[in-house]
Amino acid sequence: MTDTTARAPEKVRLKTSAMIASIAAEGQATKPAPFGHALVELAKSRPEIVGMTADLGKYTDLHVFKEAFPDRCYQMGMAEQLLFGAAAGLAHEGFMPFATTYAVFASRRAYDFIHQTIAEENLDVKIAAALPGLTSGYGPSHQAAEDLALFRAMPNMTVVDPCDALETEQVVPAMAEHRGPVYMRLLRGKVPLVLDEYGYRFELGKAKMIRDGADVLVISSGLLTMRALEVAKALEADKVAVGVLHVPTIKPLDTATILKEAGRTGRMVVVAENHTVIGGLGEAVAGVLLREGVAPKFRHIGLPDEFLAAGALPTLHDRYGISAEAMSGSIKGWL
Amino acid sequence: MTTTIGHNVDLPERAYRIRRHALRMGEVQGQGYIAQALDIADVLATAYFHAMEYRPEDPHWEGRDRFLLSNGHYAIALYAALIEAGIIPEDELETYGGDGSRLPMSGMAAYTPGMEMSGGSLGLGLSIGVGMALGLKRKGSKNRVYTLFSDGELDEGSVWEAIMSAAHHKLDNLIGIIDVNNQQADGPSTEMLGFEPLVPKLEAFGWFTQRIDGNDIEAVRAAFDAAKQHPDPQPRMIVCDTRMGCGVPFLEAREKSHFIRVEEHEWQLALDALDAGRTA
Repeated sequence: MTDTTARAPEKVRLKTSAMIASIAAEGQATKPAPFGHALVELAKSRPEIVGMTADLGKYTDLHVFKEAFPDRCYQMGMAEQLLFGAAAGLAHEGFMPFATTYAVFASRRAYDFIHQTIAEENLDVKIAAALPGLTSGYGPSHQAAEDLALFRAMPNMTVVDPCDALETEQVVPAMAEHRGPVYMRLLRGKVPLVLDEYGYRFELGKAKMIRDGADVLVISSGLLTMRALEVAKALEADKVAVGVLHVPTIKPLDTATILKEAGRTGRMVVVAENHTVIGGLGEAVAGVLLREGVAPKFRHIGLPDEFLAAGALPTLHDRYGISAEAMSGSIKGWL
Repeated sequence: MTTTIGHNVDLPERAYRIRRHALRMGEVQGQGYIAQALDIADVLATAYFHAMEYRPEDPHWEGRDRFLLSNGHYAIALYAALIEAGIIPEDELETYGGDGSRLPMSGMAAYTPGMEMSGGSLGLGLSIGVGMALGLKRKGSKNRVYTLFSDGELDEGSVWEAIMSAAHHKLDNLIGIIDVNNQQADGPSTEMLGFEPLVPKLEAFGWFTQRIDGNDIEAVRAAFDAAKQHPDPQPRMIVCDTRMGCGVPFLEAREKSHFIRVEEHEWQLALDALDAGRTA
């Protein structure tokens, strides 16, 4: 007879469709609020920097800046169009606003305001947008699967998708150094620390080989570079050598490095991005390769063109193929 | 005509000249938002020749008052004022709307000296004005931000975000000017999306609000003075009821429309009518 008595599972993994969920794996090294702390550090020597948010200071790590510089931080209320229009006004007056909200609201709600009041005038407004791609289990209202496509298409806009806490800290001063608007995908809260072990240094506009590998070249940005590095380690056991080219600056794209690395014969190229397969890094890289006549075996890991489900992030990352396990499986299948 | 005009020129004469510059630009292109330019000329004359501080030879002078044109299609009117103010040479009006001109049909900051923002996408100006007013306060500047927008823009939710924000931040250096000509693209503004009663609404939102006949230049002058002198820490709004085509009776009488058609031969007739009104 089969025992049909319900049994409690030995260990219950927390399942939640909460808005805010950590992207750090259990036991992974993290740093708290790297954006907020880096901005405080930078603002000590850059008096023109001001912080602005639309009722999401606590959830974009801007509260760290506000605690350090209460009189340099503007709470604009839950009004994203106003947030970016007013940021443009402050930039007109010589200030450098770092404006924060969620990526969905920056990209979808306030797009015309960023386009017309900031980008069209090439103003020094720096946008830090939390919950990029699929980093919330809350459902499509908070999943910014298309933000890169939208901001890539905006003239004058520089677009950055950092991988971890170390890189986020380095992106902040680079945003300030760059003349013109910058959109940064913000990893907030306890942010994984990964790139320190590779001696990595962020440079705006530069793609960098994090590790080399003769069989597969993963070209990735943001969260998926972290995943790609896990994949590379996992596939060592299968004698598959995976190189990882990290492309944190989505625009302008480092086409020279991409062409050089993708042009090395014998490697399958896999672009991996925490973004819809439409209009992001994958199509950008494919366009570069096609235009230059570089034609490696090419595959693409990204979010499907559909409204994504609510659920626990690990579940969703598995389902949509951007967990390390799912990526490893895809890559092995393509070899 | 010349742009070097003494300071003894009175406001009605400035308004007349602004209307004349605008009509000449309209004639160049055979089109333009001329009815709006004619309705707002008295406000612009008062802003540029009574209320605002600026240096014609240095449009970016830090000590200037800022003027934001949110309704970018009124650019023809602002160019006329900027010509009258000596910021743009008068002969440049011949280029209005042409390829390579600094005077495109919709106002954009990068094109034109004295144009402080890129308008056209309606509902942007007051949000920028809030940011500029915050920035001026942060710098300790005593300058003001004037933001002109149209009654149709009241349909945009972002305008009300900015209206709430300006009061919240006590922006007494922000002066909003609404052109209520009761005409937007699809018809009378009040029939598109009702915004009345405007004065109690704006007062309830925390603004020092005046409503005047925007084509009574003495009333406009008094309203600008009162807006500047109002002692309380709150933003200021001047609601201007205006008549499209004002100053050219046959255009004023024409059936109202967002884009009033002027036949080729009518531009000279309009200039003649304007001149006749000046001497009357």
